[in-house]
Amino acid sequence: MSIFVDETTKVVYQGLTGSAGRFYGLRNRDYGTQVVAGTHPTKAGTDVDGVPIFAGIADAVAATGATASCIFVPAPGVPDAVMEAAEGGITFITVITEGVPAHDEARFYNQLKRDFPHVRLLGPNCPGIISPGKCNIGITAGEIAMGGGPVGIVSRSGTLTYQALHELTQKGIGQTTCVGIGGDPVPGTTFIDCLAAFQADPETKAVMLIGEIGGSAEEEAAEFIAAEMNKPVVAYVAGVTAPAGKKMGHAGAIVSGGRGTAAAKMEALSAAGVHVAKNPTEAGDFMAEVVAAL
Amino acid sequence: MDLFEYQGKQLFATYGIPISDGAVVLTVEEAVAAGERIGYPVVIKAQVHVGGRGKAGGVKLASDVEEVRLHAGNILGLDIKGHVVKRLWIEKASDIATEYYASFTLDRAAKKHLGMLSAAGGIEIETVAAENPEAIARIHIDPVDGLTEAVCREWVEVAGIDQDPDGIVDILLKLYTAYVDADADLAEINPLIVTTEGKAHCLDAKVTLDDNAAFRHEWSAYEATQERDVREQAAKAAGLQYVGLDGEVGIIANGAGLAMSTLDVVNQAGGRPANFLDIGGGADADVMASALEVINADPNVRSIFINIFGGITRGEEVANGIVQAMRQVDLRSPMVIRLDGTNAEEGRAILAGHAGEGLVSEPTMLEAAATAVALAKENNR
Repeated sequence: MSIFVDETTKVVYQGLTGSAGRFYGLRNRDYGTQVVAGTHPTKAGTDVDGVPIFAGIADAVAATGATASCIFVPAPGVPDAVMEAAEGGITFITVITEGVPAHDEARFYNQLKRDFPHVRLLGPNCPGIISPGKCNIGITAGEIAMGGGPVGIVSRSGTLTYQALHELTQKGIGQTTCVGIGGDPVPGTTFIDCLAAFQADPETKAVMLIGEIGGSAEEEAAEFIAAEMNKPVVAYVAGVTAPAGKKMGHAGAIVSGGRGTAAAKMEALSAAGVHVAKNPTEAGDFMAEVVAAL
Repeated sequence: MDLFEYQGKQLFATYGIPISDGAVVLTVEEAVAAGERIGYPVVIKAQVHVGGRGKAGGVKLASDVEEVRLHAGNILGLDIKGHVVKRLWIEKASDIATEYYASFTLDRAAKKHLGMLSAAGGIEIETVAAENPEAIARIHIDPVDGLTEAVCREWVEVAGIDQDPDGIVDILLKLYTAYVDADADLAEINPLIVTTEGKAHCLDAKVTLDDNAAFRHEWSAYEATQERDVREQAAKAAGLQYVGLDGEVGIIANGAGLAMSTLDVVNQAGGRPANFLDIGGGADADVMASALEVINADPNVRSIFINIFGGITRGEEVANGIVQAMRQVDLRSPMVIRLDGTNAEEGRAILAGHAGEGLVSEPTMLEAAATAVALAKENNR
């Protein structure tokens, strides 16, 4: 099984008429994702390579039965796009857009939690989610993933998500679902959300977690793993050598006041029984051993 | 983006938070003029984006014009943890009765704003947090609700602060508004003092702004005073995410996570990275060429490791950028390239045509790291 999405998931793209939205929306469709609609306030009635465009989410949902949305609109428009999706009946919202102000993220995260507690938000600033062979929402190249399980992947970083998929696929190890939660300060979906879903998914037998410096998400994940999981977990935390006080590209990736170091995260994960690798390749090697022993 | 103390204070003042009369100056003569205008005693404070100014001799009290001349002369040009002082803030000295700490920041774990207030002000809050955490009254604020006056009063009481008639509550409410309006990652007053006359007053300001929110603010004045390393300046002009480090292996990668991971594997291979550089998603040949120019301009670089996993970024664009840079720039260091993902085959084919011209392709990240480190050592002789 996959988590959060599967082959029946119908997806509407907010920003399908823009260049990135069009490129990835159509690429997701080619992969086999049910890309059923796009939205644009003034382009209702037109289409993007056969995908119908509606004025808003409510119309798109009414016409197509979409339950998921994928947001590619520029950062200033993201808060409205997220709330429109929730109000229009979408229950799984993925925000690919990067550069969303942290205060906006905090506001719409809490607004959703209050008014639409059943809605799951993934992102912002994430590569999306792929259940190989079933559904690909976002910007991950489908070819680097391999279906059939038994490994679930959850990652805070975009390109390291691809690297993780690549390491496993090269070794002939399939994936159930790969979730990129994004590196922003307020991710809609956390490591713990994904770990809980993988723990509950009978086809996922082991989990690979890719973290990075900054914040305390990896430490919280470690606590959850120790308390709630019996499936093996392999982890890699990027940024062992990152200096304090320097933002490593991601808004969330910064070591400050002695907090958020890779060493502390690795130690917490290790104490929770996680196999902690020192680079992505070693994580792939560890996972091969774990899978062989299943 | 970090603001200087004076910029933070001026920002707070626009919200009605009381600050001392003062002036920002660049020279000793300007400092003298400011002291004469403000009236003695004045405090002379180094403006740098780093803590621990006081201990480093960057904050001095001056009670007459000669002392201003002396201290301003000593502090200007002072090196505080690698930051050379170019600006001073001169302000009227305050009579302090009590010192508190107040700040707002985003608590990522709670996904809410976090207010911290302590009766133990004036010192590093991280020290208080580590040694005496119960001395900090913490409050989580749902960004949808904001901070209400009633909640704020209760918070002040919990912190053990005698609130009236000091005006502490008023300052906290204004500070929260400033924090939200300015899209700050951090808005801190430390110390937040009560004067001997019983008035609450902002004596220091630390503000970090969220760069992602720049599109809805007018921050050009702040931008103009940022003190970046020259390498970082050039990279920013080229639209690259760059952080200067002090090793000898230049790094170019796509994606922040992969770039961080590249630093890790270079270290594990026994080398030291010269920088963090993320060319971002969808980088084309021009971006790759400017990245190489930035790396090449760093005199410490002895080899260059280009680590690309193509998703949005296409292999042939990366390869074309490298070839373009080889024509445009006189590259001083050998390059090691690891290329995977979207159109990697096409990219490798383009690069194969230039093998031997200071260009080595490796099939994996670990092999590439080992080669880059070895070449850096060789090139260092």
